[in-house]
Amino acid sequence: MTAMMTILGPVLMGAAFGFLLQRGKVTSCNVIENQFRLRDFTVLKVMGTAIVVGGIGVLLLVDTGNTKYYVKDANMLAVALGAALFGVGMVVYGYCPGTALGAIAAGSVHALVGALGMIAGAILYALSFDWLKAHVLNVGALGKVRLPDVTNIPDIVWFAALAVGAGLFFWWVESTEARQKRG
Amino acid sequence: MTTITESYVREASRAARIDWSPYLVGAGIGLLSWIAFAVFGDPLGVTTAYSRIASLFAVPVVGPEAVAQNSYWKSMPLKWDYGVWFLVGIPLGAFLSAVISGTWRLELVPDVWKERFGPSVAKRFVAAFLGGVVIMYGARLAGGCTSGHGISGGLQLAVSSWLFLAVMFATGLAVSALMFRAR
Repeated sequence: MTAMMTILGPVLMGAAFGFLLQRGKVTSCNVIENQFRLRDFTVLKVMGTAIVVGGIGVLLLVDTGNTKYYVKDANMLAVALGAALFGVGMVVYGYCPGTALGAIAAGSVHALVGALGMIAGAILYALSFDWLKAHVLNVGALGKVRLPDVTNIPDIVWFAALAVGAGLFFWWVESTEARQKRG
Repeated sequence: MTTITESYVREASRAARIDWSPYLVGAGIGLLSWIAFAVFGDPLGVTTAYSRIASLFAVPVVGPEAVAQNSYWKSMPLKWDYGVWFLVGIPLGAFLSAVISGTWRLELVPDVWKERFGPSVAKRFVAAFLGGVVIMYGARLAGGCTSGHGISGGLQLAVSSWLFLAVMFATGLAVSALMFRAR
């Protein structure tokens, strides 16, 4: 039973994630590139819905004592620099790390080549870790903070705003897409 | 005989190729997050496990001693934990989805890339490799990727993750505009 939970559990979770990513077409390099070109909003639709649906559920789970938050450190300089590099890499590669693994299994050879690059990138990071720790990682380190903590705006208001904002945005995207399809 | 097979194949793929709405897929990923939080206490993520695995590939490159003494890999040694098994599951699920939906196919150069940079496989492979290096270095520096920061951190309203999302998308849009600018 323990072995099942520790191996089969995560493998099934990963498989469900990979299945959904492929079914949602975000394992396609074309879909990802066209999101950044603002020609296809599939990536934002998937992510936005996942954040709102997942977030409201996790909020309830935390409030009822069924889980806790696993927030990553807000090392502001490192996150900003890393995210900027990530944005460059994502457009050049055409995938993010998770979707790339799905794409490889769906037959993308260039995703596999990029995965070797990702291994090289991880090695480079480990080799430069001491320097980064001394000079970058502790700059603007705020700890494991959440938006409700730093703004004093309660969770429920954040999610209400996110849900309404996402709903309006996607409604606008859908009506624009429908008009383009007709015209 | 041939006609029967052909019509059968066509019939099957048409029936199976039901496009899943990106909102449905996003909601599915959100739901998967509930399970990840409540049952496993381990939010969806990719690159932490990826860098554990990278240490395996680093052994022949920098030598076993350098890997053993590296302070980053000391904090993140290779072990078959939840995240690594989750990583194994992703390609399994994506493969299953691609085969069932009839969308599995070899891709050397994606269409968007071909339109802009031509059909050269070598050129695409070099870009994919370099993009892979940059995206993984960025992901480790930021402390997560589109899954770990974007979805899991985003739904927890983590400050680090929303900074990641904003900077990643802004940079991606800028790089994409440069890369795909009209000649």
